[in-house]
Amino acid sequence: MVPLTWYLVLAAALFAIGMFGVLARKNAVAVLMGVELMLNAVNINLLAFWRYTALGELVGHAFAVFVITVAAAEAAVGVALFIAVYRQRDTVNVEELDAMKG
Amino acid sequence: MEQLFFILLALLTLSAALMVVTTRNLLHAAFWLILVFFGIAGFFILLHAEFLAVVQVLIYIGAISTLIIFAIMLTRRIMDPQQPRFNSQWGLVGGLAALLFVVLAAVTTRVAWPTTSATLPAEPIKQLGADFVGVYAVPFEVASVLLVVAMIGAIIIARERG
Repeated sequence: MVPLTWYLVLAAALFAIGMFGVLARKNAVAVLMGVELMLNAVNINLLAFWRYTALGELVGHAFAVFVITVAAAEAAVGVALFIAVYRQRDTVNVEELDAMKG
Repeated sequence: MEQLFFILLALLTLSAALMVVTTRNLLHAAFWLILVFFGIAGFFILLHAEFLAVVQVLIYIGAISTLIIFAIMLTRRIMDPQQPRFNSQWGLVGGLAALLFVVLAAVTTRVAWPTTSATLPAEPIKQLGADFVGVYAVPFEVASVLLVVAMIGAIIIARERG
């Protein structure tokens, strides 16, 4: 059987890649893709911990289902925001969207 | 055998994830993202979470990827390939992400995680269904409300104002 740490290292790598995408990309849709990568890394961790340390109860499953629900809600609202912003400003470049800059 | 499968799947998933954050063409990035989601569904099957693997394919590949591709196509005009992919801080952020990975990997490989000797539940899906109307009834209802609110909110935000 694959050791638990393999899954944890894999999830850490996926999370780091997603964080790079969120912080370095210019297009807002690409930032959203980075967020999805990070959420998926969390799901791998939740299910790996369930499989190796809490097999008796389905806590990991329940948490993963809630993470997926929140991710779906977040993607729907995010896409709606991009469309609204694009209609107003003609861009989804996060560097040009600085109306709230102090 | 399982180790070999894990390594191959990890290589596929991580390289696809790297392509997602580095590809110039956003539509290609979305297709790489679908490959990442498939890889993660594979890991769920390796972890004996078959139900979550199916949910992953249905929701992430079926719904979220479609939404993202819609967003890319609806905002396509500004996406000429000459535009820079990254903002000016990408070097610093890349170092930061690499540092985060090194720290997380160092910590997780050093901790002696407790392991369970319990065996897999006979019918995990049945138990999960019972839990969602039993132990997790309140969070389940809150999640439903969240989905309704998000749906109504998305319609209101994206609606064309006259």
